[in-house]
Amino acid sequence: MPDSRSWLARPFTERSTQIFLAVLTLSVLAITLLHVLLPEGHPLHVSTFTVTLLGKYLCYALLAVAVDLVWGYLGILSLGHGAFFALGGYAMGMYLMREIGDRGVYGNPELPDFMVFLNWQELPWFWQGFDMPAFAFLMVLLAPGLLALVFGFLAFRSRVTGVYLSIITQALTFALMLAFFRNEMGFGGNNGLTDFKDILGFDLRTDTVRIALFIASGVALGLGYLLCRGIVGSKLGRLSIACRDAEARTRFLGYRVERVQLFIFVVSAMLAGVAGALYVPQVGIINPGEFSPLFSIEVVVWVALGGRATLYGAVLGALIVNYAKTVFTGIMPDAWLFALGGLFVLVTVLLPKGIAGLFAQRGWGRRSQSSAAKTESASGSRPIEEATA
Amino acid sequence: MSISVAIMFRGCWQWMLLVYLLSFPLFAAAQSEPATGQSARLSDGVAQSLLTQLAEARNPAKLAVIDEIAMSGDERARGWLEAFSASKLARLKDAERFLIIDNNRGREWAVSDALSGESAGKVSRRDLKALRSNNSLRGHIDGVLSMIDLSSPDAEVRLAAARGLRGSVDEAMAERLPSLIEQEGDDAIRATLKEALAIQQLEATGDPAALKTLSGSLNAAAIAAINGAAASDDPQLAQGAKVALAGIEQKLQLNSGLETLYFGLSLGSVLVLAAIGLAITFGVMGVINMAHGELIMLGAYTTWGMQQLLPGQPGLALLLSIPAGFLVAAAVGVIIERSVIQHLKGRPLETLLATFGISLILQQLVRTTISPLNRIVVTPEWMSGSLMINEALSLTLNRLYIIGFALFVFAGLMLIMRRTRLGLEVRAVTQNRAMARSMGIKATRVDIMTFALGSGVAGLAGVALSQITNVGPNLGQNYIIDSFMVVVFGGVGNLWGTLVAGMSLGLLNQFLEPWAGAVLAKIVVLVFIILFIQKRPRGLFPQKGRAAEG
Repeated sequence: MPDSRSWLARPFTERSTQIFLAVLTLSVLAITLLHVLLPEGHPLHVSTFTVTLLGKYLCYALLAVAVDLVWGYLGILSLGHGAFFALGGYAMGMYLMREIGDRGVYGNPELPDFMVFLNWQELPWFWQGFDMPAFAFLMVLLAPGLLALVFGFLAFRSRVTGVYLSIITQALTFALMLAFFRNEMGFGGNNGLTDFKDILGFDLRTDTVRIALFIASGVALGLGYLLCRGIVGSKLGRLSIACRDAEARTRFLGYRVERVQLFIFVVSAMLAGVAGALYVPQVGIINPGEFSPLFSIEVVVWVALGGRATLYGAVLGALIVNYAKTVFTGIMPDAWLFALGGLFVLVTVLLPKGIAGLFAQRGWGRRSQSSAAKTESASGSRPIEEATA
Repeated sequence: MSISVAIMFRGCWQWMLLVYLLSFPLFAAAQSEPATGQSARLSDGVAQSLLTQLAEARNPAKLAVIDEIAMSGDERARGWLEAFSASKLARLKDAERFLIIDNNRGREWAVSDALSGESAGKVSRRDLKALRSNNSLRGHIDGVLSMIDLSSPDAEVRLAAARGLRGSVDEAMAERLPSLIEQEGDDAIRATLKEALAIQQLEATGDPAALKTLSGSLNAAAIAAINGAAASDDPQLAQGAKVALAGIEQKLQLNSGLETLYFGLSLGSVLVLAAIGLAITFGVMGVINMAHGELIMLGAYTTWGMQQLLPGQPGLALLLSIPAGFLVAAAVGVIIERSVIQHLKGRPLETLLATFGISLILQQLVRTTISPLNRIVVTPEWMSGSLMINEALSLTLNRLYIIGFALFVFAGLMLIMRRTRLGLEVRAVTQNRAMARSMGIKATRVDIMTFALGSGVAGLAGVALSQITNVGPNLGQNYIIDSFMVVVFGGVGNLWGTLVAGMSLGLLNQFLEPWAGAVLAKIVVLVFIILFIQKRPRGLFPQKGRAAEG
């Protein structure tokens, strides 16, 4: 017991964690208060729309933290984390669908609308139990966790690493996307799950529920961050960095590398699942598009921009890129893909340690980004070496 | 009651007599026509009266008129009959003028004069009265027209007519067919005519000899006739028909198996084409180029651009696009290599991200500069159509060309890698860069050349793909995951592995499709590869020795 307390307690003594948690708490509190206390029309009032948007960003940030855990600290570039995110989202979506009950278009108390539409007579076995919130929330963790367990068990046991692993994770999410697009799968096919009404008996469209979901996302991000920080700072975390930097050497020292990899991979997948589960009630829909390889690879770029192996960098990257996406797609929809593509190239070529790398080198960003980037690329600094078997 | 029966009988009798009488001259005409040619023209008066009869006679009598028109030897006869059969022969209201409707869209229909053949402008559809035909008349016209064609000096026309006859031979024709068969010099046409006759005989009389003739046939009408025989009251005939059906079923299965094999090989060669460039850049150089799909897309767009430059000559444009597509993609590849990839040497995961960014930029570039919509690439005539092996199996030509093209590209790449100085240098640099450089090889130059080669081959794949798939900004995206799968499955750094992997994945996909459906087959293949990689992490043909350490 004392040991386990120490790995979870240690993060609180770290300066970066203290700052991160303080900033996160303060901003969530501030936004909540600005939304609740100020009347609408006040220049500082935060609208419900903005709150929901920020809640969505927080979910993305949690997903980015999950990716950073495996990529930054374990050296596994997963191009399929969107699959775990979407699975968590689908688990939540299935619960929300069952919550609709007989208020659907067809008024069937048992079957969701799309099943009635497809002339299904009874609920498929894998939909059983999703009317119970506790079971559904458990599945939010278990569904992505199990997939990661099976996939990781097979992959790490046979020592599939590096680029190969990246490509097969991408194939995994691509296969799942194709599968979920099929109507016969029983997950709403192309349209996915939508038209949600209630969560735990509260109307999803009310302000209170929206702000509660926003706060829940903030809390989940904080807890997820703490969990990752705890793992990273523990003996297991040091082992995982060893696997990242010299997998073969760690194995020869007698450690079971595949177990370390499997454990961290599963934890990361579950975090991604939680992020997806909180994301779905806020955006009001989950469809197979979340499985698209493009989304998964975009997440990796958030982490790369923010800075790998820092955790707070991942959060920063997710917030910056998604804010930019919202702004760009609003004013210049055509330019967004140029900007995103350019970001991929610039970050990897000029900013290998991401924004967090600037902080670490220059001390809390006193210099402008561009000049810092220039000096960095000129000095030829290399990022953390890839673990190559 | 009795009166109406009598009238019906009378009508019937009249009609039969007419057909009987008229079939003699028809026969004679059919015999003599090839010698004299068919360029005769009826005088307008006669033609006008024939068409008037066609318009005004009662349906049974129309059969005779049709025969008379067909027999006239008039070069316009075929046009009249075809138009009549399609309800496109019309008479102008309150006038005796016959028109052929060329286009019946909208209120004003484009017409041309039936007699002179000249365009008569547009006429309101209210002023036109189309001559009515019915199914039995249409069937008769088909038969009459094919009888004319059967006497054509052109063997192709005769064969097509013979094929069309199967299942539509009536009694009158059946009597004439044996002598036609005797005179026919071409074996294939004779066999087809025999089949046509046998179908009629089997249906009419249940002749066992006819059944024997048909027992090997894959023709739909023949199978229908045998099916009919299998249900007949005569137990011996039914038994024979069932045996024949079983044989046919076996033959059909064999053919559909061959067809699946062909589709599989064609999909496989598409995969090989898409992946082979990647096998060079990823397999040999170790560079993960996620923009590979977009290089394919650029090749496809080059074909489109070429066809825009050379309107009306799609074939020439396609041939010119082969070098052009190679050069365009190779040039873009060199730009990518120089601007991004060379800075990321030894960092494969970063290369993956950066090139993915490039792929987004290229896609968006095409979307904004050309169009977000698919472009139409014309298939030249010599590539369209299909090669008919037998009744149940025909191979589409464009896919046949692509299989050939894929093998050609593969052989070319093999030659370059094995037999040229560049190939030697590439292999040297991949195996040991420092050593190769100390032997005087310019490693940077080799990098550029190799990447240009791999990218250029992607462009070639695009040229080929433009013939079978939509040319749009997303074209590349659809192939990138498949391409990586093929390279990884085949074993990185091994061109033969890519060929075998592409072909086997294509075949696997096509053989799964009939019972799993297209999407599920694809999922199964992906899962199969994922599991396969677990079992053999370095693919089908892993590199051995020192090269494997890299």
